[in-house]
Amino acid sequence: MTLTLFYIASAVAVFATVMMITRLNAVHGLLYLILSLLAVGVLFFLLGAHFAAVLEVIIYAGAIMVLFVFVIMMLNQGQKTIEQERIWLQPGMWIGPSLLALILFVEMLVIVISGGSAETGHVVNAKQVGIALYGPYLLAVELASMLLLAGLVGAYHLAKPILKTTKTGERS
Amino acid sequence: MNTGLGDAADIIGILVSVIFVAAMLIWVERRLLAVWQDRLGPNRVGPFGLMQVVADMIKMFFKEDWIPPFADKPVFILAPTIVFITMLTGFAVVPFAPGVGIIDFNFGLLYFLALSSLSVYSIVLAGYASNNKYSLLGGIRAAAQTVSYEVFMGISVMGVVMLSGTFNLREIVEAQRDGWFIIPQFFGFIIFLIAVVAESRRTPLDLPEAEQELIAGFHTEYSGMKFGMFFVGEYLGITLSSAMIVTLFFGGWLGPWLPPLLWFCLKTAVGIMFFILLRGSLPRPRYDQLMAFGWTVLLPAALLNLLVTGGVVLSLQG
Repeated sequence: MTLTLFYIASAVAVFATVMMITRLNAVHGLLYLILSLLAVGVLFFLLGAHFAAVLEVIIYAGAIMVLFVFVIMMLNQGQKTIEQERIWLQPGMWIGPSLLALILFVEMLVIVISGGSAETGHVVNAKQVGIALYGPYLLAVELASMLLLAGLVGAYHLAKPILKTTKTGERS
Repeated sequence: MNTGLGDAADIIGILVSVIFVAAMLIWVERRLLAVWQDRLGPNRVGPFGLMQVVADMIKMFFKEDWIPPFADKPVFILAPTIVFITMLTGFAVVPFAPGVGIIDFNFGLLYFLALSSLSVYSIVLAGYASNNKYSLLGGIRAAAQTVSYEVFMGISVMGVVMLSGTFNLREIVEAQRDGWFIIPQFFGFIIFLIAVVAESRRTPLDLPEAEQELIAGFHTEYSGMKFGMFFVGEYLGITLSSAMIVTLFFGGWLGPWLPPLLWFCLKTAVGIMFFILLRGSLPRPRYDQLMAFGWTVLLPAALLNLLVTGGVVLSLQG
């Protein structure tokens, strides 16, 4: 039962990702990407990583992708960009990525046939995740938070209102 | 996991009653607003105007379902279903009473946050697909507003999680036997309440559909049943939000004398009426005021609440 569900969700994820890459309309592509992220969330859930599953939906599908849609809406280019995409996505340019993807696929087949890593996951609860994050992986967490802080400062700098002189001569 | 959870009768019963409540809210809201504004409200169809919902529904079913030729058709059709489906699936984790509910999920609270953040796609995509300036403005506002308010919503309930030590909504309710969390988590409650109003896009924070400036915002181009879906989706959102407020801060099904399910329904009904009262009494802030208030007041307040709660919990544990 779980295995069937797992393969269905994987199929959805792979299909959605392929559709995402081949769409000419950016918003349609994003919708498939969101679907693909949701399918990955289901995969995490089935492997017992409930916490990661919910976070996948909240952070990737629910927050980051909304920002992507937001930006594409702001830049609403319409038909023009679709034509441009069509020019970019010539059949010839698929050869390279397809070959690389094929190599990965063959590798995966070899691993599956040789019977590696077929163990089923066990349920992980939030406490274990927290202890792992603030125990052995503390350094990684701190580094990631520093990276985010740098991003935050950068965004603040870019969005800072241009200083204007008000009537009283004060700078606001 | 639990006995009595998630059998067919439960699922169908909850689904039907939730949709029924959401539909009846159309009447309840109009009547209550009318009472608070010293009017009568719809009182002609059936006793007390109760059949007004049926009349509205018949009207909506028979209206022409018009898709503008300039719209992005597949997305235009998809958009109203998203809010409906995400809100209905959100009810899966609501702990109605011991043994009544659909699933007992260990991360119920996070599941609710995830679905409420997914529901924004409905508005954003509707705004995009309508291909209309006002809709687009509404969609952009909705995206910015919900992404911002989601942040404080998540942080404000972490105090509750700290006090109860779990994300499981049923265990959160059980942890409130000695006292509702509204007392130790009063600031968390206020922040959560504001964030929930912003998330469900209700007046006073209904900037995405502000009639006076944006015609009808994201659903300007929608008609017939598609408009109806947005409408009922909004009421489903209110019901779900009230249920979550009751679960997190008002002790869920706990209460003396009456059966647990009745307590839960009563508290949720009060919550819903509070939402309607908000609409009837508060003016709408300007868009930049809303965003500035969120980031400069609510975010620091939510973080401070988290810090103080964490400190108190630690010091009590010794």
